[in-house]
Order: sequence, then C-alpha cells, then structure tokens
Amino acid sequence: MEQKTQEEDQIVTPWEVAAEKGGKIDYDKLIDKFGCQRLDQSLIDRVARLTGRPPHVFLRRGVFFAHRDFSDVLDAYERGEKFYLYTGRGPSSEALHLGHLVPFMFTKYLQDAFKVPLVIQLTDDEKCMWKNLTVEESQRLARENAKDIIACGFDVSRTFIFSDFDYVGGSFYKNMVRIAKCVTYNKAAPSFPSSFPHLFSGKDSLRCLIPCAIDQDPYFRMTRDVAPRLGYHKPALIESSFFPALQGETGKMSASDPNSAIYVTDSAKDIKNKVNRYAFSGGQDSIENHRKYGANLEVDIPVKYLGFFLDDDAELEHIRTEYGAGRMLTGEVKKRLIEVLTELVERHRRARAAVTDESYACMMGSRHAPL
Amino acid sequence: MTSKFAELQIVFSQYEHPVVLTVEAQAKYVGHVKGALSKNLFLKDKKQRFYIVSALAETKVDLKVLSQRLGLGKGGLRMAPEEALAEILQVPLGCVTPFALVNDSARNVSLLLDQGFKSQECCFFHPLSNDMSIALNARDLDKFLNSIGKNPAYIDLEANPTVGKDQPPDLANLVPSDAAVLAAPVEKQSQGSEKNHISVNNQQNAVTGYICHMHHNDTFRPKLSSRNLLFVHCCDGQSMVLMCIVDLSLASKAVKPSNASTKEKSSGAASSSISYADTDKFVEEILEKTKSIVLSEIKEENAEKYREQLATLVSNNISKLGVELKNIATIFKNTAYTEGFKAGIHHQPKRM
Repeated sequence: MEQKTQEEDQIVTPWEVAAEKGGKIDYDKLIDKFGCQRLDQSLIDRVARLTGRPPHVFLRRGVFFAHRDFSDVLDAYERGEKFYLYTGRGPSSEALHLGHLVPFMFTKYLQDAFKVPLVIQLTDDEKCMWKNLTVEESQRLARENAKDIIACGFDVSRTFIFSDFDYVGGSFYKNMVRIAKCVTYNKAAPSFPSSFPHLFSGKDSLRCLIPCAIDQDPYFRMTRDVAPRLGYHKPALIESSFFPALQGETGKMSASDPNSAIYVTDSAKDIKNKVNRYAFSGGQDSIENHRKYGANLEVDIPVKYLGFFLDDDAELEHIRTEYGAGRMLTGEVKKRLIEVLTELVERHRRARAAVTDESYACMMGSRHAPL
Repeated sequence: MTSKFAELQIVFSQYEHPVVLTVEAQAKYVGHVKGALSKNLFLKDKKQRFYIVSALAETKVDLKVLSQRLGLGKGGLRMAPEEALAEILQVPLGCVTPFALVNDSARNVSLLLDQGFKSQECCFFHPLSNDMSIALNARDLDKFLNSIGKNPAYIDLEANPTVGKDQPPDLANLVPSDAAVLAAPVEKQSQGSEKNHISVNNQQNAVTGYICHMHHNDTFRPKLSSRNLLFVHCCDGQSMVLMCIVDLSLASKAVKPSNASTKEKSSGAASSSISYADTDKFVEEILEKTKSIVLSEIKEENAEKYREQLATLVSNNISKLGVELKNIATIFKNTAYTEGFKAGIHHQPKRM
C-alpha cells in the first residue's frame, strides 16, 4: 500500500512552488526527483581554477547548487571550446525585484569569468498571450525590463538581447518548427546555436549553458531530450534555489504583493521600512529568550538574504554565529541587511540611469558577437 | 628628522641657537663655522603652484629672470603669502628650507637648488624649525631628497638666457604638474592633523583619495555621505587614526553618456598602457597605482609599529573598492560601445 505521505509531497513545477506542510523546500529530495546533480565543492574549486578568480558568492553559499552536464561544459572549456550563455525573462510587470536579479547577477559573473557570449530572451509574445496584454504593451514592458537587465552590467559587446516579437523568424523559427515536430514546447530554440546564425555562424557544435531557477528544470529537460534528435549538444543547466519572499520561506516571491519583495525601484526609506516591518525574523519573542536560545537561522529571512548579498564570508559567519547564539539581536542583523541592500539597489539604479534606448538597440542589432 | 639622517648615513653637524629670521641673524651664530649659508625663498606663480629656491647667500636671484626661465612670463613669480608657509611647508616664518619637502602637503612644491652648493664643503639649512641649523654636503642633501622621492635640480641661478620663440624656457620642466590644492570636501579636523591629497592620474580623475593623519583620538566628520566612502581604521586608542576616503560620486559622474566628443577626449588622453576594452585590467591598473601611492604614504609616517596592519587594512579596503570600480568601468565601456554603435550604424528600418 502506498504511504499516505506521498500526497503531502512538496510541489515544485514551473507553475507552482510549495513546500511540504509547515516546512521548507527540501532541495536534496528535489535533486533526487528531478534527476539532476549536486554542484559539489570540487566543481566550485574547478571553476575558480579555470577562471582565475574567486567563485561567485552564489556558488560559495550554495545558492546555485545543482546542474546538468556542467562538468562537460567545463571539460570542453578546458580544451579551448567556448560555450555561450542563455537566459531569459518573461516581461510581465515593470518592476524587477531582487529575486529576479539573482539569476542575472550570476549570469553576469559567468560571462565575466569565462568571457563568453550571452543571449537573453524576452518572451513578450508569451506574456502577451497568457497575461492578456496588448502586443504593444508587451513590447514596451520588454524594453523596460531589458534596461534593468542591461543595468546588471552585462558586456554590451558580448550580449545579444532579443524579444520574441522582434526576432522570431528566419533560422530561429525554423528551429522552433523542427523542435515542435518533436515536442509541443517551443522555448527550446535559443538553446541551439543555429538559431542565431549572425552570432554563431558555422558553430553548430557550440555548447549552451543555461543558468536558471530549479523550477525550470522540467522545461529544459524537454529541450535536452530533443537536442540529440536534431543533432545538437544538449544544453547544460546550472540551477539555483528559490529566493525567499520577505515574509518567509513559503515559496517564491510574488510580483503581486509589493511587500513580499524588495524592488530595484525602492528608495532607501522603502527598503528600511520593508525589512524592518516585513522581513520574517527567526529571533525569539523576547530579549531574554533570545539571549537564552538564540535565533532560528533556518527560518530567519534577514540572515538568508545576507547569505545572498553579503560578499564577505567572514562577516557572514560572524553574524550567523553571534545571532544564532543570541548575542546579536534581530535589529542589528536587519540594520546590516538594510545597508547591503541599499547599496545594491543604489548601484543598480546608477547603472540603470546610464542605459538608454540606444544601449538596448545596440544589443539587439543583427551583428556578430565576437567569441 | 635626524633619525632619518642616521638611517641614510648622512653626515651632518647640528647647531642650536635662538630663533633667527634672517640670514644675517643666522650668520651671527654659525658664521664662524665652516660652511656656506643659504638663503631660501618660497615662491608662487599665478596658477597657485609653489617653488622653493634655495641658494648660496651671495648668489643673486632675479625673480623676473627666473619667472621667464620657468616659462611663466615676465612677472609670473611672487613671494608666497605667509599662510602658504604654514599650510604647505608647515614651517614657521624665516624657516624656508629644502627639508620642508618631507611634508606631504609640500608634495607638489618644486625645488630649485643653486649649483653653487655643489662646490661647497657643506652648506647650512634650517631643519623644520629656525632655532637650529644643519650643515651638510650637497651630496648628502641629495641623498635625503632622493629618499623622500624628490629629484634634486641644481641650476645656475645667475644665468640669464634669452627666452623667446626659438629659445624655449630652459627651466620649464621644473614647473610642478599639479597645483598644490588642499581640497575642501573634508571638514575641519582639530589641530595636529595634516591633510594629504593624492589623486590617481587616470584621465577622468575617477578616484581621488585623501589620507588624513591625526593624533590623539581626534574626531573626524567628513561631509561626503558614508555610502561613498571607504574607511580604513587603525587605532590603538592612543595616538594614530589613519583614514582613507575615496569619493566614488566623482567616478559615476564621469561616466554619464553626455556626448560623443567628451568620450573621445577621454579615450584620447588615455595612457596607452591601460586597455579600456578589458575593464578588469583597467581597474586592476588603477588599483595598483592607488595601492602603491597609499602604501608609500604610510611608509613615510613614523607608524613603524602599525605599518603592517595599516598596509593590510588599506590593501583590503582597496580591493573592495575594486568591486565598485569594476561596476563603474563596465558602465563606461558599455556606454562607449553604444555610442560607437550609434555612430557606426545609421538609422536602420526596424524588422517587422
């Protein structure tokens, strides 16, 4: 007889993410269930060695923790075969929050560290259909989102951004149809270099690495199944855990609740307010209890956020130790988080201000990206 | 300072006497000793650049001629005001001396030495106060000057070459490259502090650093918002607090994509050794220069005990600065590229 617990499994699909009742997402179980692999320390060390720089904070903290075929990509890289990066965004609302920035920040690191080209897809057509927006509105949102993405600091000379409405056609569309003949899913096309003849002409064996959140794994599994049938390499994946909402580890952040997230448009005052009022605290309910028992680091959001955005490993360790022992109070941790987030958002805003319509046009233009 | 002489194995004689303000007064006390007296002038030009002219007492110095030889025109040189003596040379009245260059406030002061010193067995100069005179040989003076990073320039102060269209001013290379400006952004500190201005010479002046050197727990409140600053603290509770502040707002202003010509000007002025295409190399180079300037500043001070700690602290903070600078450099590169793209590609009809 099947165990009753099967029905209370956690749910992780591209459309819904929910933890088991009362708990948090079990990533080990997820890796097992999906069949991808853990990004272990030896891989991280290998990345550091190959790129000649310290591994990104998201690798050190286990934010990006799973992969498919990443070691193959690294093997090829060591042999002198480059790869390209592919990531995307469905432009559904104007404001980006920190959870959206996470994959882009990591992708930027990958681009800088490995010095490889990047294609960024804006699926404005999909959003137009699913979210009942007009075509023009979708395109406008795509352009606005693109500016925020560019502000993450991608190398203009090595990055190609495209919106489906603007770009689909030609070789890209041909691949879409080829794929559609195998499966009904059509987002696989950007994983294949032949979709971008002006960027990768003659390089059909170029590998593709896709940084994404782990809930996208099922999508790309389909693409990977199709690839060999079309004579292409399977795209490799490097996958991240979920960025928790401000109010706690109940799943993903939601763009519909402004207090669940810190937005790149938030002012310093907004950030301070949101963190102080809404960030879920793992501290005890009274100072005496807190000093006695320490904070619950498993559920504390400020400490988790610092894990993402505080680069200094030593300082983070210090905070975790002191806070966990009850010697540091929630207020102090929140204060430090506010500093870190404010600096991050401020830096993004400054970069965003420098992005113009021309920057976007320049990254969209049909021209060769140097490899 | 005498300890520095010992370090450099400089032979000198030291004479204490009541405070003297003139060469004549000085002669009363040390005139009997073998050694040539010097007269020292502290001068400034119209562009706020400063000079010390140090000559044998008998040498005739004509400021008008000197001004022309420096390329400053006929009336370009004047005696510097008294406040400059205190602010820049940090010596009292009547105490102008080549040794004042040991102070970092005097880093942009140009030193002109009378070639007549070379033929003397020894010459008298004040150290940093005028109740003492030090006699030493010109070679040893050179040793000292070299040790503080100065290149001694001996010239024939009485020469009067023609300066005209075909005869460029012969001393033009002795004009300081930067004006010795003590910048304003840092608020007043209490007494006993010196302000040192360093600027990293990249074309946009993106990084300006100030080292403030203070004694005895002075408090320090910079005007700039803390988000733009990096602080390096080294404090033993008793004597020294050393802080390095970098104003990053200057850098971000520099990368606003205002117009294409500004960008061209900047890249034209770029030293060929810095490669803009690689933002990382660009930033590393700036940081190396900053680091070496800052660390050399530290070595100058008598922070013997703290030098190790300070060096590490400053190094670490400058590395953090590196992250900021890399972001800024990426913005700059992207903007430059976009401008190029715009210029290279005229309007293209959009693909429908």
